[in-house]
Formats: sequence, C-alpha cells, structure tokens
Amino acid sequence: MWYELMKDKVLHSIADALRLTEVKDGMTLSFHHHLRNGDYVLNLVLAAAQKLGLKELTINASAIFDCHLPLLDLIRDGTVTGLECNYCGALVGKALSSGLLAKPVIFRSHGGRPADLARGSARIDVAFVAAPTADSQGNLSGKYGRSACGSLGYAFSDVQYAGRVVAVTDNLVPYPLADFSLSETDVDYVVEVERIGDPAGIVSGTTRVTRDPVGLLMADMAAEAIKASGLLRDGFSFQTGAGGASLAVAYAVEKIMLAEDIHGSFASGGITSKLVEMQHKGCFESLLDVQCFDLEAVRSLRENPAHREISASQYASPLAASAVVDSLDTVILGATEIDLDFNVNVHTNSQGLIMGGSGGHSDTAAGAKLAIIIAPLMRARLPLIVDRVQTISTPGQTIDLLVTQYGIAVNPLRPELADRLREAGLKVMSIAELKQLAERICGVPKALKNENRVIAEVLYRDGSVIDTIRQVD
Amino acid sequence: MKIIKKASAGTLESSDVLVTVQPADILKLELESPVLAQYGEQIEETVRTVLADLGVKTGLIMLQDQGALDCTIRARLETAVRRGAEQEV
Repeated sequence: MWYELMKDKVLHSIADALRLTEVKDGMTLSFHHHLRNGDYVLNLVLAAAQKLGLKELTINASAIFDCHLPLLDLIRDGTVTGLECNYCGALVGKALSSGLLAKPVIFRSHGGRPADLARGSARIDVAFVAAPTADSQGNLSGKYGRSACGSLGYAFSDVQYAGRVVAVTDNLVPYPLADFSLSETDVDYVVEVERIGDPAGIVSGTTRVTRDPVGLLMADMAAEAIKASGLLRDGFSFQTGAGGASLAVAYAVEKIMLAEDIHGSFASGGITSKLVEMQHKGCFESLLDVQCFDLEAVRSLRENPAHREISASQYASPLAASAVVDSLDTVILGATEIDLDFNVNVHTNSQGLIMGGSGGHSDTAAGAKLAIIIAPLMRARLPLIVDRVQTISTPGQTIDLLVTQYGIAVNPLRPELADRLREAGLKVMSIAELKQLAERICGVPKALKNENRVIAEVLYRDGSVIDTIRQVD
Repeated sequence: MKIIKKASAGTLESSDVLVTVQPADILKLELESPVLAQYGEQIEETVRTVLADLGVKTGLIMLQDQGALDCTIRARLETAVRRGAEQEV
C-alpha cells in the first residue's frame, strides 16, 4: 500500500546499523553504562564490527565494566585501538594497565564528558544507545521493559552530539512511546535484539547498608560533621554513593533530619532505594536522577513525578549555564588514597592498576559546598593517607573533610569549618597526624616508583590533563 | 624448636595471614602478599626475627598474607611453629 512507504527506522541486525550509519575504520562509537555490569550492547556492537572487518575503532563509553571483558580480544586483534571512559572496572583495568593499548586511555568525569562533547574536544561518529524500551521511530525510555534501568542520563549528550544515533532495544513498542526520555528527533535507527542485558547485572534488587561497625561509626561521624557545618537545615541538598559507608551516611543523616524535622530540597546523582525512602518520608522535596542503582529507584522514577531523570550535562557539566552539582550542599565520596594536600585517587589501586575512575567524583567535589571523603584509615595494612597519591582524580582544594574511624581532618583552606566541628565536640586532627597514626599501626610503606610508559590520561572536568597513569608490569 | 610435622595457623580473611610450616632440611620462606611491594622487606624481617626467637633453624615457612599487621603475622607464625613442633600453644 502507498502508506507503507513511510520511513521505517527499525532494523533487524546491528550489522545493518553499522552499514547504514556508514561506520568506517578509525571512527568513534559511543556507549552509555546504565545497564552497568549486565550490559550486552557494547559487546554485541563490537562483535558485529569485528565480523565486518572494521579496524582502529575508538570506544567512547561513559563507563566500562567487567562484563566488557570481550573488549580485550577486540583490542588485541586491532578492531579497537582507542578507549575513552569515565570509569573502568578492575578486570579490564588490569589488562589496560599492562599496556594493551598503544594509545593512552582517556579518562574523563561524568561532567567533563558532556562538556568535551559540547566543545568538540571529544567526537562521536555513531552513538549506540541501550534502550530498555523503544518505539518504532526511536522514542526511548529506560523506565519500562524487562531490562529496565531507570534513568538514561548519560546517553543524552551522546544522542545530542553524535553524527548518527542507533538505539538497541529488547522491548520494541508501537509508536508513540509517550513517556520517552530521548526523542525520535535524534535517533536514526532502532535495532531489535533478543536481549540488551542481564537484569541481574543491571540493577540490584535492593541496595543493602553495611553492617561493618567501622563503616557505621564513620557514617555517624560524617553525619555529625554535616550537622556541625550548619548546612543541615531546611533546603538541604545531598548526594552519596551506593557502597558501604557512603550509603550508611544516608541512614545517619535521615535519623537527624527526621528527629529535627528538617525538610531538604533534593538528593542527586545515582539514586538508591534509601534516597527514594527518604524522599517519601519528606527528607527531600525531589530526586534528581542521572542513574538508578536498584529496582526500587527504577520504580520510583517511573511513578513519582518528584523523581526526575536528568542528563549528564544538567548533572555535572562545567559548561552548562548551571548544573545540579552547583546547587549541592553536601556530597559523600570515597577514596582509594588521599594525600597530605587532600588530593584524592579513585582511579588506581595500591599496585597502580586501573580499577575505577572519577565518575562524578571531581564534579560533585567542585560543586558541593561540603565535599566529604569517607574511608577507613587503613585497608589490609595499607594506609589511606600518603605523601602523594599515585593518581590525582580530584584536586585537594575541592575536598573539605576527610572522615576516618580515628578522627576527622579538615582541609586547612577551611579554618572556620574546623572551628565548627571542634565546637560540636568532634575529634578533629590534622591529616598529617592521621597519617602518622596509621603508620604507627601499619608500618611505613615503601614508596613505589614507576617510570614506565603512560597508558592513560586523566582529564579534569575543564578538559585539562590533571594526571597520567603508567604501565604496571 | 624443630618443626616435625606440617601445621598451620590463621585464615585467608582480609587483614589476616595463613601461615603453613612443614619440615625441611634447610630454612626456606615463601611469601605471598598483596602488599609485597610496600611491606615485603618488613614482613620478611618480622618472620626471621620470630623464627630466631623460637630457635627454628630449618623448615619450609609459607605465608599467604592478606595484608595482616605485624602483630598478627607474629602471632600466627608463632602458633603455626608451635603446632608444627607439637608444643603447647
């Protein structure tokens, strides 16, 4: 019939998408990481690219997880020769640290990535969007479908700035998908596949709080420090992670907010069931969500109008007229190492191997009024505090407090904050005193020297190279 | 003290060390540790001191370290040696 000639965007294979978007050797393909450690899309696309004989591709992914291990074989055979990401899991990271790629890996932050795409200092030829639900014209949502992941926040800039955009879905619905996050105006093709991911790896059922007494102690200390800072009042805004002590801080802050009838404005970043519960109880007016960490957060994003999906640009871009992190009162962050100048490493482990990345670490630290690092003073004998971190992920001048189980160190740039904490009866020590205390318990570690080839560059959110990472043999 | 049979003490939990000792004609140390680069020399010195204090001159001494503190290493090693020498701990 004549009316069946209207443009059909639906394709039945990724190979067709690669052909129709004219992917050629040397191009850059992008991916987003909301399917986390359950993602199939990056592997599916690269396997198809390899079959077509494509070479020298660069992968720009908001994050690489251990489920992307097949990437290593594609690097070995020359299909992939460049990698840019904001975070890299430990298994892939270890291989990269051994010098697998000739070109240095480019690490950005969650805010730096959209900023570099806007500036043009990062370019994407074809973006592949893992879409838990898509209609036939490419309206996309992460809220529905068996692979639902909630927010698609990091994919917004890919869709906006890529030359061509391909959505990959395992839940194709009739046009129109009314509750879309990314619209058909930017999507060139929709590929239907069997599965885009493994739901077990995408989101956890519930995010559980730590039972480790050291973690709980530090969480209470951090909450008391927030209270002493004066920021914990009506309108309070807050961000914290899903892991260990970070999540425990949410519980400790909630206790104070409910007891003192404090009504905050928002919680932001990766959203967990705990933050959903706190919003429900009135601790926060709204949730600004760039990524869901568990099923309860996905449900809330779908059903609660006060729970809003935000793009990576709105979350953290330094080029945005304003971003959420600029309105943030307090952020709780982790560290593998911190040094006497409060510089923080979240990229490499004690052996210098890649095992993480900034994510939103440096963005939220720069934006928040009070940026708190929470970490045990030593882990398996290794002191947290060192003379100089192996990799600077986040510059020390943007960090305000270090909370350890033995005491709290205040950045000397914030003398008034130190006074407030002391007045509240908190145990304030200098960061040098905390370092000495750890070394009395653990012994002084021998400093590691590494003058090998640079295998990764860490870009700060303004696009400048803040540090480099060297090969580890 | 002489190691006359295979014995062990400790666990493979983080911050602990599993020490295994067994009879041998010479004294031999085998050390695995995630903090080998930072603390390898200190750990070896601790082990040699403990063995000397106990009068152990021969044996195969294996440490599967998980980042144990010095005091832990000393306690686990002494216990393993005493078990291997069939002495009351």
